[in-house]
Amino acid sequence: MNFRTFIAFVGPSIFMMLLFIAFPLGSVFVQSFYVTQPIYETVTVETCTPGFLTQTCVTEEKSIPILGEDGDIETVTNYVGLQSYANVLELGRAWEALSQGSWQAFQTIDFWKALRFTLTFTLITLPLVLVSGLVIAIVINNASKMVRGPVIFISLLPFIITPVIGALSINWLFRGDGILTATLEWYLDRDIAMFAQAWTIEVLMMTYRVWHVAPFAAIIFYAALQTVNQDSLESAVIDGASRWQRLRYVIIPHLMPLIVFVSMIHLMDSYRVFEEVIGFSSQGHVISLQWLTFDFLTPDDSGNRSISRASASAMLTMIGIVIILIPLLRRTWRDHKETG
Amino acid sequence: MSSRAMRQPLGLKVTSGGFLILWCVIAAFPIFWIGVMSFKSPVDAFDSNALNVIFGPETRAAGLGISILDIILGIAVMWGTFRLGARTLPRMVKSYTSKSTEWMGWIIGVAALAIGFLVVFFAILPAILGVLNPLLGPLGTKIIGATTEHYKTVWIDRGFTNNFQNSLLVTAGVVTVSLTVGTLAGYGLARSGSKLAFWILIVALVFRALPHSVLVAGYLPVFINSAEILAPILGENAPTLYGKPLAVIAVLVAINQPFTIWMLRSFFQNIPADLDEAARVDGCSHFQAFRRVIMPVMWPGVITTGLFSFLLGYNDFLVTSLLLDAQNQTMVPAIAGMFNRETTTTDQVVAVAAAVSITAPLFILVMVFQRQIVSGLTAGAVKG
Repeated sequence: MNFRTFIAFVGPSIFMMLLFIAFPLGSVFVQSFYVTQPIYETVTVETCTPGFLTQTCVTEEKSIPILGEDGDIETVTNYVGLQSYANVLELGRAWEALSQGSWQAFQTIDFWKALRFTLTFTLITLPLVLVSGLVIAIVINNASKMVRGPVIFISLLPFIITPVIGALSINWLFRGDGILTATLEWYLDRDIAMFAQAWTIEVLMMTYRVWHVAPFAAIIFYAALQTVNQDSLESAVIDGASRWQRLRYVIIPHLMPLIVFVSMIHLMDSYRVFEEVIGFSSQGHVISLQWLTFDFLTPDDSGNRSISRASASAMLTMIGIVIILIPLLRRTWRDHKETG
Repeated sequence: MSSRAMRQPLGLKVTSGGFLILWCVIAAFPIFWIGVMSFKSPVDAFDSNALNVIFGPETRAAGLGISILDIILGIAVMWGTFRLGARTLPRMVKSYTSKSTEWMGWIIGVAALAIGFLVVFFAILPAILGVLNPLLGPLGTKIIGATTEHYKTVWIDRGFTNNFQNSLLVTAGVVTVSLTVGTLAGYGLARSGSKLAFWILIVALVFRALPHSVLVAGYLPVFINSAEILAPILGENAPTLYGKPLAVIAVLVAINQPFTIWMLRSFFQNIPADLDEAARVDGCSHFQAFRRVIMPVMWPGVITTGLFSFLLGYNDFLVTSLLLDAQNQTMVPAIAGMFNRETTTTDQVVAVAAAVSITAPLFILVMVFQRQIVSGLTAGAVKG
């Protein structure tokens, strides 16, 4: 295939990606150094209220936004350097809190709070997803052929459900005197409020994520289990390997490339954790990095969006993505080198 | 596991089977439960006793519910529809259409089946049962409380029909455009061994990892001011892109592109290159070879990829909630709005009904396309 045909085939796709992914990325980077604000002017206003004999007059200086010819508020865009980043990171406060050894004060700063949760969430769910995915795959593989179809159908449901709805459906099981909270209360014989403190909400969010992603891992592992070499399994049996040893030394090495693949995908996706915050309405207690950017972009009460702070926090989120991507890219590069 | 050496002791089998059942319960329970809740009066739906939620005494006390007869006939109708869809429909489509018009036959057949089911289930069946229930005594008394009023509230009073249409528009647009663009690109990438193709794939991989909020932060200022920005090029007609479904379709297609081209590329790589080379030898250009030789055999891969594009468009919350205005809002952001506003339990149950309404199409999707979804998941994985 010569270059021109190749471009004709790939062109539209590349154009879309450049226009809607590469260009916004660049513009976010630039935006994060500028701030757009309304221009204010200071005017002296004399307000008089009628009084007895004389009017009472107060003169005060007010700053009001300048209106342009078309009646809109005039804005000016200034280069502010790293100011937006400083506003998001609040390094001064963070340092003060840390030097006093107060983790709680440190966690009142939105960015660090979001970062802490995003990292905990990613690192705790990863092993849970891998283990539960593997166990589900092994039991499905162990079941008779008759039940596999229906079981896979049921397993796909949590994976395919709209994330916000999935989180909501778990939320409703626990909210107030929801059915599972009631069961827990009956079992532990004490009052439980799942949404009153941060850690229980975090547990619920992680539970949701494992429930949502485990089927994905399970189906991939299940497909790979079909291709395990039966001869090497049988020779392992003849050599006297126990079931656990067969799993450990024959099956898991066979699955290893897929375990790496699922881990990579899961790291990428769970670092972007967002829908859980919406579904569990947890913004009062727990927030994530992507939610922080989303929040900056949502208009506040007076209808303003803090675009520059959103850009700064988006760029800071990107640092994590780059770190996660490095091993993935190195692996792809190595594969490419090997296959030539 | 045919060999004797692989035979498992009973204990292990029981544990394994038990775990399988446990997993199925965990997987299905939250979805099943919101389904049950959505048909109950608010008091029943949030009752702390599970049996009260299922049988709904409050709902029954209000005179709303279904009898054993209702259940039997309802299941019979559903089963009949399923049989028709799975057995009779394919035969009829085959016999009435030729190879080239088969897809049209399918569309008409499925539409007819769906309409027939809706008419029988919601119009004829209630009429028959209305006569039969009082005559049959114990079989006809209501045993499970159920009401559809929350669905009526959601779809009629809260304007969910509008959101549904918007979702339909956005999803259909995303699937069509991203498949058209992606199929061409996937084919090009699969057949070209050049360095450039490799780098495109690598960059696409990086793009796939980007958080969507990062991209939206880039679109928002441009979209809001697009009328001013585009004015020098388009003059007076320059549109404000903010709030327009078409703009959101373009954005979602682009976000989906990296995944689409990776997946389609791996499907095309499984189609032997000899096939299009043979066509080229016979004098076809690349595009002709693609159209005449590859297109007829590529549908399994395209359908699978289309399913995943559908999911992306349908499930998206972040992009649609930030880039669409209230009037063009799709279903998922609309329900989040409902949920934040909720004050009473009635509002909550209404939100539950909306959630079930959003999930129902996905449920049908898994039922029909289970095989394709599984093959899509594994195809992506094997190729890495």
